[in-house]
Amino acid sequence: MYPGSFEYHVPASMQEALELMQAYGDDAKVMSGGHSLIPLMKMRLSQPAHLIDMSRMPELKGIRIAEGRIEIGAFTTHRQVETSELLRERLPLLNELAAVIADPQVRNRGTIGGSVCHADPGADFPAAMMALDAEMLCVSKAGLRTVKASEWFLGIMESALAPDEILTTIRLPMQGTDVGHAYLKLPHQASRFSVVGVAALIGRDPDDTCASARIGITGVGTTAFRARQVEAMLVGKPLTEEAILAASRFAAEGCNVQGDLATPIEQKAELCRVMVGRAIAQAAMRSTKTSS
Amino acid sequence: MNIQNPIISDKPKTRAVEVTVNGQKFSRDIEPRTLLVHFIRDHLGLTGTHVGCDTSQCGACTISLNGAAVKSCTIFAVQADGADVTTIEGLAEDGRLHPLQESFWENHGLQCGFCTPGMIMASRQILDRYPDPTEEQVRHQLDGNLCRCTGYYNIVKAVMAAAKLMSQNRQGDGQ
Repeated sequence: MYPGSFEYHVPASMQEALELMQAYGDDAKVMSGGHSLIPLMKMRLSQPAHLIDMSRMPELKGIRIAEGRIEIGAFTTHRQVETSELLRERLPLLNELAAVIADPQVRNRGTIGGSVCHADPGADFPAAMMALDAEMLCVSKAGLRTVKASEWFLGIMESALAPDEILTTIRLPMQGTDVGHAYLKLPHQASRFSVVGVAALIGRDPDDTCASARIGITGVGTTAFRARQVEAMLVGKPLTEEAILAASRFAAEGCNVQGDLATPIEQKAELCRVMVGRAIAQAAMRSTKTSS
Repeated sequence: MNIQNPIISDKPKTRAVEVTVNGQKFSRDIEPRTLLVHFIRDHLGLTGTHVGCDTSQCGACTISLNGAAVKSCTIFAVQADGADVTTIEGLAEDGRLHPLQESFWENHGLQCGFCTPGMIMASRQILDRYPDPTEEQVRHQLDGNLCRCTGYYNIVKAVMAAAKLMSQNRQGDGQ
């Protein structure tokens, strides 16, 4: 209940923040919304000697379009994502996802960067990051580094963020307005983490065959992952109920499915298959035919 | 700290914070690791805000920070430096209960009362954002508040009734 002692820093600039990161190395943690870090600190699973609070820097928040791609500041809150008109127009999958993270109080503080760096296997944003092939822009005294989502999530609570790095921006390709989206989540009743969370984006050809399929799954493996086998089975085939059901049977393939006290492995795998089927169906229903 | 001799002889390093709570400014020197809920309860003596869990789930600690409902157990007081905080104690005006407080009372929206301050502070945000909410909206927006007594039925009833009451009050004020 009581975290260990630490020194609290509020850097006035990115430059100052990077100097602090370099000076304190492994003894320092960046604080964003703190709603993954502080619970860990209260259990003393994390005991950083230095906390670097960057949540007040306006340049690290915000959602914008730059060079044809969407850029979200790492310190943007889930509430800001949930209510973003820009995202509602261009990438509504994210509004839908952010709206079901945890609860309203947590959404007022938690941030997309925090979620992505913390890499909880039950967090929601990682599913969308994988589905969308997001890029993480990181900054350190050594310079800038861009990491693809497929190389970002390494394991349980493990991301590719280096100890002296700060994640500043998440960059996402825009999807066509005809692509249908869905984020379906089976939440744990108390914690609201994803038991299974599926981000699906489905594109449809004029003849009702699947033009594109992107499916990101969280809550099931040690990290979020792409359901590539499902995608391969869908693309080029008619988007029928039967085809979607058949493809969704492969949702857990290639995933090291994690069970727990409440949900044994085989049950988790079956929940995954069912949720993927439903998410594909909903996304497919929302997709509009591309003009030929 | 000397691990061999675990008696801590160094005085912990403190940091100055200034927080406005229910309209009043408070300045204190505190350890950075002081949670906002402990600052409010133990340093300021405002014990209406409760600690109900260890895991940021129950919401009994919910307060308003710069207009947003937040879980004060998952925020360090130093993060609230310069901020405007409202707790349950700050809702009644001139001895008159806030419509939410009245409504929880009239509709039996509490039994033991432990979750209630958090429920009311969370509900205040709901009615701020959705002045005419559906029951489903109220239930969804109370995801962050757990109650072990009531089964939520009368809590939801109380919030819906408060919405009506507040809407009538606004009409009464010519809004």
